[in-house]
Amino acid sequence: MVIKVHGSPISTATFRVVAAVHEKELEYEFVPVDMKSGAHKHPDFLALNPFGQVPALEDGDIKLFESRAITKYLAYTYENKGTPLIYKEGKQMAELAVWMEVEAHQFDPVASKLAWELVYKKMFGMEADAAAVQEHETKLAKVLDVYEAQLSKCKYLAGDSFTLADLHHLPVMHYLMGTQAKKLFDERPHVSAWSKDILARPAWEKSIALQKQA
Amino acid sequence: MAALKVYGLPMSTCTTRVLTCLHEKQVDEFELVPVDLFASEHKQPPFLSKNPFGQIPALQDGDLTLFESRAITQYIAEKYKDKGTDLLRHQGDLKEAAIVKVWMEVESHRYNPAIQPIIYQFFVAPLCGTTPDQSIIDANVEKFGKVLDIYEERLGNTKYLAGDYYTLADLHHLPYTYYLMKTPYATLIESRPKVKAWWEGISSGPAFVKVSEHMKFGEN
Repeated sequence: MVIKVHGSPISTATFRVVAAVHEKELEYEFVPVDMKSGAHKHPDFLALNPFGQVPALEDGDIKLFESRAITKYLAYTYENKGTPLIYKEGKQMAELAVWMEVEAHQFDPVASKLAWELVYKKMFGMEADAAAVQEHETKLAKVLDVYEAQLSKCKYLAGDSFTLADLHHLPVMHYLMGTQAKKLFDERPHVSAWSKDILARPAWEKSIALQKQA
Repeated sequence: MAALKVYGLPMSTCTTRVLTCLHEKQVDEFELVPVDLFASEHKQPPFLSKNPFGQIPALQDGDLTLFESRAITQYIAEKYKDKGTDLLRHQGDLKEAAIVKVWMEVESHRYNPAIQPIIYQFFVAPLCGTTPDQSIIDANVEKFGKVLDIYEERLGNTKYLAGDYYTLADLHHLPYTYYLMKTPYATLIESRPKVKAWWEGISSGPAFVKVSEHMKFGEN
């Protein structure tokens, strides 16, 4: 039975899962959820995610939601396939846990708000709020200063290999690279090298091909 | 001198998340090293070398230094998986462990963003000399109510958030909810019978009772 990923082509959280599926070289079916028509608030979808948000995953009789729970499930369950996206023991596992929380609680809250202003508002024909953009860029700069220090010590956030801690950044970072916020990444040499490296991964290229098809 | 050190404060929400986890895993041998937030100790180089984001808590275990409370609790739950409460369902199956991960993310990304501003405005703003912003409280009370409606339905089907067993998915909720119960917004929990019963269950366990004795924010 094939894995099903329920999601939307413009949802960053959906692409966090799509990226993981490609990294693990898994067969999957993408089931589009038509958010414009409110499909995500429909009982059929709420049975998969009571919070009515994409993505959701079905793997046999396992039904999951929250993109970062799904990526972890895929990384642990299919540990012998594709890219090993996690460390399973010791110090490395602990560092990985830290940098996954950093993405969730330090990077994403700010970067997502910036993506809303600079990317989504444009998509929906709305005007960006210049003051909000300024505020979020300033905050993101401070977060990226910490990343610059970390990435001067190791090639990827949690060590010398690409892991979920890096992958979780891809969708929002991909969007921000198409905006004025790109400069925040480019002006920090280690952050710049890291972002270019992970955005060029074949699994990510395959993921965004799906986005372009939609 | 204990090998395990927690840098934080006994009344801090994120610190108590870690302390509760240590006690649940029957790890009682650790040292709580206070960090003087009022003197901005958390924003200065010695502490920044433990957490470059300048926030408590941090954990030192021998030569390993960690930060982010939910990374620390997961580390403790893994390291001491053969002791105390099975907080990540190591004894369960793949499906159970996956559902624990789902509800841990729900606490991080749905529950916490709604409850945190309420607690901040009510307890922390006055300590910083600011008047609580009622419009922020009101907006988040509305958001939080909607999240709790989903919890009410979930807890109608399961005893704990991830299933039949108490796990980190429940534990992570303890500190902020404890403070909420000291405000008029306690009614949000009390008016939902399943959520209320779940809260009473998880907050009365010995590990959290021990920790919550020191959670006196702004009280004399």
